[in-house]
Amino acid sequence: MGKKLESNFLNMVVVLFGVTLIASAAVGYVNSLTAGPIEAAKQAKQVNAIRQVIPGEFDNDPSADVWKVKTPDGGELEFYPAKKNGEPVGTAVKTYTNSGFGGIVWLMVGFNPDGTISNYSVLEHKETPGLGSKMDTWFTANGKGNIIGKNPGTTGLKVSKDGGDVDAITAATISSRAFLDAVNRAASALAGNADATSGATQQNK
Amino acid sequence: MNNFKVLANGIFRENPTFALLLGMCPTLGVTTSAINGMGMGLATAFVLIMSNLVISLVSNIIPDKIRIPSFIVIIAAFVTVVDMSMAAYLPALHASLGLFIPLIVVNCIVLGRAEAFASKNKVLPSIFDGLGMGLGFTLSLTLLGSIREILGGGKIFNLPVFNENYGMLIFVLAPGAFLALGYLIAIVNRIRKAN
Amino acid sequence: MEYILIFIAAVFVNNIVLAQFLGICPFLGVSKKVSTALGMTGAVTFVMILATLVTFIVQKSILDPFGIGFMQTITFILIIAALVQMVEIILKKVSPALYQALGVFLPLITTNCAVLGVAIMVIQKDFNLLQSLVFAGSTAIGFGLALTIFAGIREHLELVTVPKGMQGSPIALVTAGLLAMAFMGFSGIV
Repeated sequence: MGKKLESNFLNMVVVLFGVTLIASAAVGYVNSLTAGPIEAAKQAKQVNAIRQVIPGEFDNDPSADVWKVKTPDGGELEFYPAKKNGEPVGTAVKTYTNSGFGGIVWLMVGFNPDGTISNYSVLEHKETPGLGSKMDTWFTANGKGNIIGKNPGTTGLKVSKDGGDVDAITAATISSRAFLDAVNRAASALAGNADATSGATQQNK
Repeated sequence: MNNFKVLANGIFRENPTFALLLGMCPTLGVTTSAINGMGMGLATAFVLIMSNLVISLVSNIIPDKIRIPSFIVIIAAFVTVVDMSMAAYLPALHASLGLFIPLIVVNCIVLGRAEAFASKNKVLPSIFDGLGMGLGFTLSLTLLGSIREILGGGKIFNLPVFNENYGMLIFVLAPGAFLALGYLIAIVNRIRKAN
Repeated sequence: MEYILIFIAAVFVNNIVLAQFLGICPFLGVSKKVSTALGMTGAVTFVMILATLVTFIVQKSILDPFGIGFMQTITFILIIAALVQMVEIILKKVSPALYQALGVFLPLITTNCAVLGVAIMVIQKDFNLLQSLVFAGSTAIGFGLALTIFAGIREHLELVTVPKGMQGSPIALVTAGLLAMAFMGFSGIV
């Protein structure tokens, strides 16, 4: 091995500065390469999510017919109406909640025209790994806290601990409450009841 | 020491998980399933190999006193690259590993190998050391992940082994991580002693 | 009320060590005696709050406005490493007594993933500055609580005979597993 560079002040500053500069440049370059694909991956997830939560076939482009509703706390819900031959077959609602343990949880919830839940998909969450991730399957038809076919209406769904009829994910009651908060928010906004949206939020505080 | 000895050293004799007890946080945190364990292991392996490679190249021009901060910057750069690439091309895995990806930067294995091996050795052995340690880490994480997935959910790599209703949920929850790793290390110790 | 919830969640429900698996290395490494556990807790609390304060300000005033959020990992770990060094130097000069108590633990903290983890988490959770500081402090207390209880148990464990294969780290991990199970009892109270 060659001789090491001496640890004098100038050397240290120059080398550390150089290392940081090169590292930043490299990371910046990779960022410019991956920014597009990251955005595309999120987009693809969203399109797949719409397809997943609407049970029947539809022939319109729900993303083109999207309409949005502002919530009292400054957020925004997105509604993707699915139609076949002009007849509505369901609506996919991109909804969220702030009361997850790890912060915001984003869901795509599908509703049949009669207001019952057809399916859902978790878009993004920061809950505890391994626990919050159970949201993906827990509330489906084969899961323990099945919500498919239920109609949240204006009263909203609740976990059994709060007097409702949905079993919370074991050891993740907060995530479960948050999940239902997002679902209720979507349902009441879809029913055109903006006041109930804020009500559903407060119940979970 | 020839390169293959260096490689085998990392996988078996000085396995970072079972022999050195390094990198315990991701080991316990992400091994809820075999695939998560493997993904985390490979991400760490990539960072290990690349940082070992670069550090063995540049260690001569880095003054001793700023050795550690420089190494950390190099490692953090590769971690960020892995983080962004996974978000772009493996979004599902990226989402389930979550916070533990940026935390590879404080994984004692990576800085430990940079300091103990790469800064003192030539490029080729350093790459093999990174590869060995990385594979050793991947192997133990996959093993622990598989055990927890089978016991907890009756599945391995998402393939059902037995009915999920007979699974012991505790093994995919937090306490199960400690219990499974504890008994696994005890078994590995037993086998080592027997040899 | 909100701050009390953050406190309870961080200390008990989502204990950083037993539920989130951060800071496991010091948890297993310096938990043989209650006195060292307390020293480590002191050092971690100090650095965690300080690091969260600085990284939060840097994120909001430099990384966000300039749109260089991708530099987060590099920036944060450098800040933490520099802070730890600075704290060490200042403590040595200002309070040799405190340095004696905490000094040996300081170098270990740079690679304590709980510190970096908390710094990143408060950004992800979109906390404001005060919430972040409360969260950092509570997390450190949660870390200290788990560490001290664990050290207390291990002191007693010294007195019993453990099967050969289970001696050392295996029995420590199993003990930690039982402790984690006890902490699961807190889930759902927030």
